[in-house]
Amino acid sequence: MTTPLLRTRGVCKRLGGLLVSDGISIEVMPGELHAIIGPNGAGKTTLLNQIGGQLIPTAGTIVFDGVDVTSMSVQDRARLGIGRTFQVPRVFQSFSAADNPAVGVLGRKPHTFGLWTPVRRLTDCASQARAALSAVGVEDKGDARAELLSHGDRRLVEIATALAGKPRLLLLDEPMAGLGRDESLRMSALLKTMKGGAAIVMVEHDMDAVFSLADTVTVLAHGKVIASGRPEDIRTNPQVRSSYLGADDDA
Amino acid sequence: MTTLPLSVRIGIVCVATAAIAALAAFGDQTMLRFASRIAIMGLAAVAVDVVLGYAGLVSLGHAAFFGLGAYVTGALALMGHTEGLIVWPIAVGTAALAALIIGALALRTSGVYFIMITLAFAQMFYYGANAVPGLGGADGFRLPSRSTLGGLPLDNPRAFFVLSAFILVAVLLFARRASFAAFGYALQAARDDDVRSAASGIENYRLRLAAFAISGAIAGLAGVLSANLTLYIAPSSVLSWHLSAELLVMVILGMAGTLYGAVVGAAIFLALVEVISHYTDFWAMYVGIAVIARVLLIRDGLLVTLRRLVTA
Amino acid sequence: MSIAFLAEQSFNALQLGLMLFLMAVGVTLAFGTMRLINLAHGSFFMLAAYFYAWIIAQTESGIVAWVGALGALAILAIAIERLIIRPLYLRDHLEQVLATFGLILVFNDLVMMIWGRDPVYVPLPDILSGHVMLGDIAYPTYRLVITAVAVVIGIAIWYLIACTRTGGLIRASADNRAVVQALGANVDRLGAVVFALVAVLAGIAGIMTAPLIAVTSGMGDSVLIQSLVVVIIGGLGSIAGALVGAILVAFVEVFGRTYLPMALGNTTGFALANMAIYLLMAVTLVWRPFGIFGKPR
Repeated sequence: MTTPLLRTRGVCKRLGGLLVSDGISIEVMPGELHAIIGPNGAGKTTLLNQIGGQLIPTAGTIVFDGVDVTSMSVQDRARLGIGRTFQVPRVFQSFSAADNPAVGVLGRKPHTFGLWTPVRRLTDCASQARAALSAVGVEDKGDARAELLSHGDRRLVEIATALAGKPRLLLLDEPMAGLGRDESLRMSALLKTMKGGAAIVMVEHDMDAVFSLADTVTVLAHGKVIASGRPEDIRTNPQVRSSYLGADDDA
Repeated sequence: MTTLPLSVRIGIVCVATAAIAALAAFGDQTMLRFASRIAIMGLAAVAVDVVLGYAGLVSLGHAAFFGLGAYVTGALALMGHTEGLIVWPIAVGTAALAALIIGALALRTSGVYFIMITLAFAQMFYYGANAVPGLGGADGFRLPSRSTLGGLPLDNPRAFFVLSAFILVAVLLFARRASFAAFGYALQAARDDDVRSAASGIENYRLRLAAFAISGAIAGLAGVLSANLTLYIAPSSVLSWHLSAELLVMVILGMAGTLYGAVVGAAIFLALVEVISHYTDFWAMYVGIAVIARVLLIRDGLLVTLRRLVTA
Repeated sequence: MSIAFLAEQSFNALQLGLMLFLMAVGVTLAFGTMRLINLAHGSFFMLAAYFYAWIIAQTESGIVAWVGALGALAILAIAIERLIIRPLYLRDHLEQVLATFGLILVFNDLVMMIWGRDPVYVPLPDILSGHVMLGDIAYPTYRLVITAVAVVIGIAIWYLIACTRTGGLIRASADNRAVVQALGANVDRLGAVVFALVAVLAGIAGIMTAPLIAVTSGMGDSVLIQSLVVVIIGGLGSIAGALVGAILVAFVEVFGRTYLPMALGNTTGFALANMAIYLLMAVTLVWRPFGIFGKPR
């Protein structure tokens, strides 16, 4: 029995009178791909935000690798090994594609006060940045200005930036969103290659991807966990079908 | 991350070096004085550009640091201390310390709040200077003499100009170097997307605070030089919030985020004021019209337009 | 340290506070509704005073001067909003700062060009030039009246924002301009209305203050800064904050000037009195970075 890499217990978040997260307790094992699914408004991104540190829970605890990170700053969590990407891909617009993951490398140290050596000449930084870009498959776009990249490429660059931080837990917020068919296939393939490395918590709506990639699936509705387990079990769970998958069929 | 093509940059360096050398060798008193003013205000504008172009913060309070640099220099001169190697670091250090304190408070906010808070704190120094005894109140005071550097006097206008230009170039080179180093990258990442940078472990607040303090130091250094140039300091000349706004104008006239653009902007601004004030006392109005026109009509800085012409 | 003296100073502080409130509520409304930072706000204060001074010198009629000055100011404000402010709504604050700074430069010089460099003095209206007996104190009637007027205007503003349909649109627009537009409201016209209203408020403050001080070029600058301090302390976007901040700032300002030199000796006391409101601001910021009633935006 391995210990969970991430464990949330009774996480609640109240936003302006609305209980967006209601007693969420999940576990993420090292190296697994854990998908979080549920209808819109279920509180999936809010949960991700609380694990990543962008939001602090109103109640409950979040323990990462034995460390209580419930109120820890975003930056401290990042250095502890929690990386993430966002629903709308965030890139450093004025930087080149290659310089984006370079920032991810720089952020691993708490102090970025080097004033003299150009980053491009910091050997480990430059090579790790390029490696991250290669890992996601956009090394050919390395010199392009980030703000000029297509949506799909931006998403890949952001993943590279997150990977450059050498995370042990990677939070992905709808990595498939806005991708065309070919790009989706590329992304699925990429995620498959990433499995076994860092644990991945993935919020997704693309059910094909979820059921082909996930080791564990957690279903959220109205801020509560209504089911959690292996993909095949979730797929056949009657409660899940009626509140989420069933709703999809009607749509 | 904006860079002009190498040939253009070499061209700028050559033109600048030639201009400095020519002025130093052949310039008359008036030209040297004007050129020194450009170098000094250029330095102050560079300070503002560090914060604006690289950290993405609009500071309307840099006159505080400029003025502190000037006032500390002047006050120490009144007390008989004129050795620059001692006085100047104290003045610059005071400005940096003020920037550290103001920044620590102001950087906890963002956007409009930040702008207003920097403005208000600068006003605090303005009114404070009015009230501190022995410094002439609103009328200010004259410095007894220029600083000496290692015992060498700076009264020669040629020597003073070369020194000012040298300091400007040194700061420019150093700041530009830093902008491509880890500090500069992390700072600009924080500017471009501080949520993404935080998620990558970048300590946005600390970086911005450091940049603000460094910027305050540079502005303070400009103030030191200004006090030495004019040998006269008053709240209205070195601590006025109009000065803070004018520095922003200079940065925008050039291009935010290139550092040397700030110097170009300063030169354009000062030349404009000089020319207009020959014709009318009400030059401020024309500057105001020019600023409004510039904001409404041109989206990018002058250098961006130039770059497009060059690379097209 | 008599009660009478305390009371008199308190009334002065209240009066200053309410003038500051008229200015600050304008700053807060402009930002709250239109995300606009407008440095030329102080210029409206100044221009109204100049207009009033000129008209009353021509016509000797207070009413004509009031209507004429505020009317001219409103027209000017609408023109400025249309030509200069509207293109800048969606641009960043830096450009708004620079453009409105440009306006300050223009107006400061323009009034000197038209009316000269010497300060202009506005006479107190005759009927209001006496004193009212409040217990033992003889308090200037004029100051009492303008305080009362400011209170009435404050209540009117509150009513407008809280209880009318336009006020509802203004509040909604502050939260989400795009949605209000989608609902069919003319946000551009709303912006112009708010801008003109804000200018008129500043103008009223300017005209009421004019007889108490000298009307000069640049008189709006210091009022602008004070109103920004008020808004920083009270919180941007909050009318309650503008009121609380204004009263706080006014009391610190008035009592600081009276008592600090007495308590700490002339030199330190005077210096501190000058900086008092900024120190108050600094303390507030340590405790509440976005002001007492402010929210991070």
